[in-house]
Amino acid sequence: MSDQTLRAPQTVTRAPRARHGDEEAYLEVTDLHVQFPTADGRVHAVQGLSYSLPLRRTLAIVGESGSGKSVSSMAILGLHDPKSTWISGSIKVGGKEIVGMSQKDLMHYRGVDAAMIFQDPQSSLHPYFTVGDQIMESYRTHNNVSKRAAKARAIDMLGRVGIPNPGRRVSQYPHEFSGGMRQRAMIAMALVNDPKLLIADEPTTALDVTVQAQILDLIADLQRDFGSAVVFITHDLGVVAEISDDILVMYAGSAIEHGPVDKILGQPLHPYSWGLLESIPAVSGTPGPLHPIPGTPPSLLAVPSGCPFHPRCEYRDRVPDDLCRTLKPELIPRTADTGRTSRCHLKEPDRIFETEVLPRLP
Amino acid sequence: MATMTAATTTARSGIRTVEGAPLLELENVKMHFRTKGEGFLVRATKWVQAVDGVDLTVQPGETLGLVGESGCGKSTTARLITRLLEPTTGEIRYRGVDIAHMSERQLRPYRREIQLIFQDPYSSLNPRHTVGTIVGTALRTHDMVPKTGELSRVQELLEVVGLNPEHYNRYPHEFSGGQRQRIGIARALAARPKIIVADEPVSALDVSIQAQVMNLLENLRKELGIAFIFIAHDLGVVRHFCDRVAVMYLGRVVEEGPRDQLYEAPQHPYTQALLSAVPDIAVVRGVPPKQRIRLMGDVPSPVDPPSGCRFRTRCWKAQDICATQDPPLEEKAPDQRAACHFAAPPAESIVAGTA
Repeated sequence: MSDQTLRAPQTVTRAPRARHGDEEAYLEVTDLHVQFPTADGRVHAVQGLSYSLPLRRTLAIVGESGSGKSVSSMAILGLHDPKSTWISGSIKVGGKEIVGMSQKDLMHYRGVDAAMIFQDPQSSLHPYFTVGDQIMESYRTHNNVSKRAAKARAIDMLGRVGIPNPGRRVSQYPHEFSGGMRQRAMIAMALVNDPKLLIADEPTTALDVTVQAQILDLIADLQRDFGSAVVFITHDLGVVAEISDDILVMYAGSAIEHGPVDKILGQPLHPYSWGLLESIPAVSGTPGPLHPIPGTPPSLLAVPSGCPFHPRCEYRDRVPDDLCRTLKPELIPRTADTGRTSRCHLKEPDRIFETEVLPRLP
Repeated sequence: MATMTAATTTARSGIRTVEGAPLLELENVKMHFRTKGEGFLVRATKWVQAVDGVDLTVQPGETLGLVGESGCGKSTTARLITRLLEPTTGEIRYRGVDIAHMSERQLRPYRREIQLIFQDPYSSLNPRHTVGTIVGTALRTHDMVPKTGELSRVQELLEVVGLNPEHYNRYPHEFSGGQRQRIGIARALAARPKIIVADEPVSALDVSIQAQVMNLLENLRKELGIAFIFIAHDLGVVRHFCDRVAVMYLGRVVEEGPRDQLYEAPQHPYTQALLSAVPDIAVVRGVPPKQRIRLMGDVPSPVDPPSGCRFRTRCWKAQDICATQDPPLEEKAPDQRAACHFAAPPAESIVAGTA
């Protein structure tokens, strides 16, 4: 053992993100409402969502099931059926208005300006066509090129997302790929037309941690090369901490906190964000008791009055006049720091976090 | 074997026990599934070595975490312990008595003592049965209470798991995911088990609900002294809940030890890679980002695993010896076992912020 030198593992360090990026917004969502009429009543899935995102930046949208994070992002790609969905407000991508765009225009917009990576690569790839065919179809829809050129492009893309031996892999079927490889193929397909906006809807949730780490590195690398804006939908705050610049926390269809990631995860100002942080068992630090949020997320058929979080909030008694039950707070800056906003009536939330919540965190 | 039968006693519950034996012991347990070839190769039978020589020990009241990536055999191990599967070879000893090849009839009393909680709270409850029937069936199957006392015991159990006892006549679809998982827990508790095998019990739940269910399991463990085998892929959850942790890779346990030792000084390269891959929220609180070990390639197929050490194809420490000699799972640090020819803890802590 001693006569042979042991090799060190190949490592990467995901450095803290340098928060530059253009200031001008590429994606601009303003007062977005999405509603679905159902037999039980109207589901108000997104209620007045507004945010903007410049190129070269990553926004993480965080929330539990039914918070509206996926529904709002599908609206950005115009994926909701106009016959069964009511959408109001405005979504501007690179200056184009998406709300109310015709299906024909949407077809041209999807893939070129914006593309999406889904959670489950197993069900998002067609089992009957080869991976190469599916990437080529997406390329040839938007580019008038020969099959041969499209195939060369597909091989090039598979190579760029780190699939070994892309020349052979291009003519294989999805079932011949492993889960991580399939997710890479999905990313290749999404990026084949150089979209400026990439929406990743829980792209690593179905993957194992070592594969997840590979995919996160890949998305970060590709973003740097392509200069795209990335919307990253997830419920894993560890992932958020490592890959995003900004974070938007959603609850019951509304944004409740928005700002730079180190601020929102380092010193959150909304009781729901506090509850999330206190619910996560950490891999480091001293393991302490978890302090979960009581109750369950509300049904979007019957969203509570006032602040939608008030029935589960442990701090509502500190707000006078029963305000939490009667008046929905605005999403505005709550402290001297104007770069971040939150939707809560509490006075001095920063002081409450420092003195009461922080000591309980691991 | 002769000495073992001598010390065997038959308890009132109808199960035999051996004095001084651990609660549960797995020795060289293997589970090989047969697969058929395709087309004209239909006769070419292959064996998927899902679990291939697992040794584990659980003491009364202890929680053992079982971690590993998909396909490593952790769920198959759970099904072997609960004897939903019969192992190909090996011994599964419950309080010293081998239950690995017992008939269904002989198993009856043991089934009561070893219960299972499933991952998916949607598919593991019969949608046509009320909660009272679901939990009551478990009581009746194991003759836990006289018929007249059934309802009050069901209500008691619902209260223990934090559900409204008045809801015993409701159906599973009337409950949320977290509440359904509580029903599954109540059903497992109905038999007053000594050990519960929980297969990813919280991974289908939202973060805030997950924490509620984890706190419930923790209280049950403290109050009732039940031992747990806790299977999860979330290393944070396992660290929170377990006394000991076993890491599996391709059908084998590659490392096993006390929680803090395993997280702070992992001996096996795979454990190190696994821990380094977990995204850590502590980076926003100023903890410097950790070195992430990048594993190459995919997990090999369990139909045709690599010779020698199974991790060698992806291991940066691999030498010639790794291909020829299968490293045994042996003690590398006090109370901590690893199966690696070159086992050594990393130079600096892998999980950020513990240094």
